[in-house]
Amino acid sequence: MPTKKTRVLIAKPGLDGHDRGAKIIARALRDAGMEVIYTGLRQTPEMIASAAIQEDVDVIGLSILSGAHNTICPQLMALLKAKGMDDVVVLVGGIIPEADIPAMKKSGIAEIFLPGTSTQDIIEFINKRLAVGT
Amino acid sequence: MPKPLCNAVPLPKFRLSHSIKVRTSYSDSQCRVSGSRAEMTDKSKTQTEIATPATPASPGSARRASPKEKSWKENTLKPTLEKSPERRAEFTTISGHPIRRLYTEADLPDWNPEKDLGLPGEPPYTRGIHSTMHRGRLWTMRQFAGFGAAEDTNARFRYLLAQGQTGLSTAFDLPTLMGYDSDHALSEGEVGKCGVAISSLADMEVLFDKIPLANVTTSMTINSPAAIIWAMYLAVAEKQGADWKKLSGTLQNDILKEYIAQKEYIYPPEPSMRLVIDTFEFGVKNTPKFNPISISGYHIREAGSTAIQELAFTLRDGLEYVEWGMRRGMDVDAFVPQLSFFFNAHNDFFEEVAKYRAARRIWHKAMVERYKSKNPRSWALRFHTQTAGCSLTAQQPYNNVVRTAIQALAAVLGGTQSLHTNSLDEAWALPTEFAATLALRTQQIIAHETGVANTVDPLGGSYFVETLTNEVERGAWDYIHKIDAMGGMVTAIEHSYPQREIAEASYRYQMEVDRKDKIVVGVNDFVTKESPLEILQIDETVAHRQAERLRKLRADRSQAEVDRRLNTLRTAARGKENLMPFIYDTVKAYATLGEICEAMRDVFGTYEEVAIT
Repeated sequence: MPTKKTRVLIAKPGLDGHDRGAKIIARALRDAGMEVIYTGLRQTPEMIASAAIQEDVDVIGLSILSGAHNTICPQLMALLKAKGMDDVVVLVGGIIPEADIPAMKKSGIAEIFLPGTSTQDIIEFINKRLAVGT
Repeated sequence: MPKPLCNAVPLPKFRLSHSIKVRTSYSDSQCRVSGSRAEMTDKSKTQTEIATPATPASPGSARRASPKEKSWKENTLKPTLEKSPERRAEFTTISGHPIRRLYTEADLPDWNPEKDLGLPGEPPYTRGIHSTMHRGRLWTMRQFAGFGAAEDTNARFRYLLAQGQTGLSTAFDLPTLMGYDSDHALSEGEVGKCGVAISSLADMEVLFDKIPLANVTTSMTINSPAAIIWAMYLAVAEKQGADWKKLSGTLQNDILKEYIAQKEYIYPPEPSMRLVIDTFEFGVKNTPKFNPISISGYHIREAGSTAIQELAFTLRDGLEYVEWGMRRGMDVDAFVPQLSFFFNAHNDFFEEVAKYRAARRIWHKAMVERYKSKNPRSWALRFHTQTAGCSLTAQQPYNNVVRTAIQALAAVLGGTQSLHTNSLDEAWALPTEFAATLALRTQQIIAHETGVANTVDPLGGSYFVETLTNEVERGAWDYIHKIDAMGGMVTAIEHSYPQREIAEASYRYQMEVDRKDKIVVGVNDFVTKESPLEILQIDETVAHRQAERLRKLRADRSQAEVDRRLNTLRTAARGKENLMPFIYDTVKAYATLGEICEAMRDVFGTYEEVAIT
């Protein structure tokens, strides 16, 4: 029986259009054998949560460089909880002050990847996380 | 009857292909982005092929080493290589452009210094657009700044001017950039975070409080709502009693690069281009010393393009604007002198210097040969430069001071007219006052202590620099011709051509870094444990302040007058008139940025891209 491929939603929440990182991660994850859906730009938390359900993803990767993470992330985590999507692994990449990271992790975000992270590190994290379970 | 465009590529007809979704109505309370999600499972079977950049072919004479060089190769080089091989099998620039061990006269077989190098201030402008360059006048030290509410940025502007910067450059927040008021639902969490929040003329008045626009050259980094922000700036200038004919500054207003790279578009290409050409027309008549556009490569490079792509796509965007302007009926030499450019200054020092020199040569040639331009002011490419944000690291942030200094040096040696140097905390937040000051000092040290500004084009005549300038120029022309053959830049964008090139280049570079083929100090080598940096914090009180101001603004103004002027604008937008006067009228009645943009969304619709990964 073939192993089910990891399904990942890469999302750009908020108004920011800088998508270089999001697109590179999407492609790297695809090359690593995952199934990747890229939402495109200017997604609200509602749109991301809906997409995550519709696409039945294992992982959501948010790309946030705008400083709006303290608004976007709690909103998304609340929506995922309300929709029973607690088991989805939520990752954030972008410009996040270190001081904000503990609260984000407490809210259920599995990991925050800062500038300079290699694509291998993200792939390894996802594989390890999903192999072990929550 | 419009004059024929000599040798110009016929203007591509903008057509709505299946790949572009245009919405004709927009609901304020929800963002109806119809899912153009890119499903990638069908491609997951095969590994992504990383396209390697083509080695630029050298047409013309082959490289023929002199007898002396041949003997050196055999008798001096060979023994050295046998004893100690070079560090790598091949060397390239950061863009992947091959670099030889040594450049000699053999690399410039057809080079004619009189024709190809020339003298500064004269065609082909390789050495610079002024005969005295930085001996005559230093580049404008123009630090990009903006955060929080207008009064916060006003304070930072006045601080930087007091510290010796010689021009202003305004960063706006994402809601402003995307045409939303600070109190719009989609602005939540974003107000004042990436730049200053400007929702109305009232905010603009605070922004330039105690700053005499008649005397301070002012740049504004705004694109889709550029005409509106410009109208606000002009209204403030009028209020201050400044003569519009003397105003100096720049509006970024380069919508083509938004579709290509920065993605801060609102409307589809045709109405967006109409707005840009409207600003050109308005600028020719009213603000002869103001640049209504800054045709940009910076963002294209930040998105991950190579240096040659940055150069080619920027200049081809420029040619597109020239053609649309001529199509409007303007004489090429009437408006082109007011067009300006904006390039990146990335890490690979000599590649950047070659890029700027090639840019000037390409522009002059295109203006004279394609458009039969007669005015030297149309031929001389003027540019602002910003050091590469994407090269700066979160790790060991003080290393960024070094990177920025070297990048700034390349821009100066490349002949820039204006320069912004990034702050060390670029990868963490907007700059603290300390970091912004150090960035400004970097320019001042280059200007006053290094001596590089004391002679014109010091690198001119270097075998390496002249060869690289030739190669970069050739590579750029290849792309320009390719885009010509596609039917122009708007068509190329519609087919995602530049977007795809950039996506490929950015992925290739990331794979090189991940493989440690390219070293980034502090990130994939020379890594240390670090403690957090003190950074600028912008909290939600900005949003609260703005919300209160907007409530008061809407209460104090004449709603009837605002509605009337917005309706007049809508009617004009449906026609062919120049929209600047109409936009100016709405601005003066204190219609908000969001209201004005919305009025135009009603008529123009909105744009959605097809995501290329």
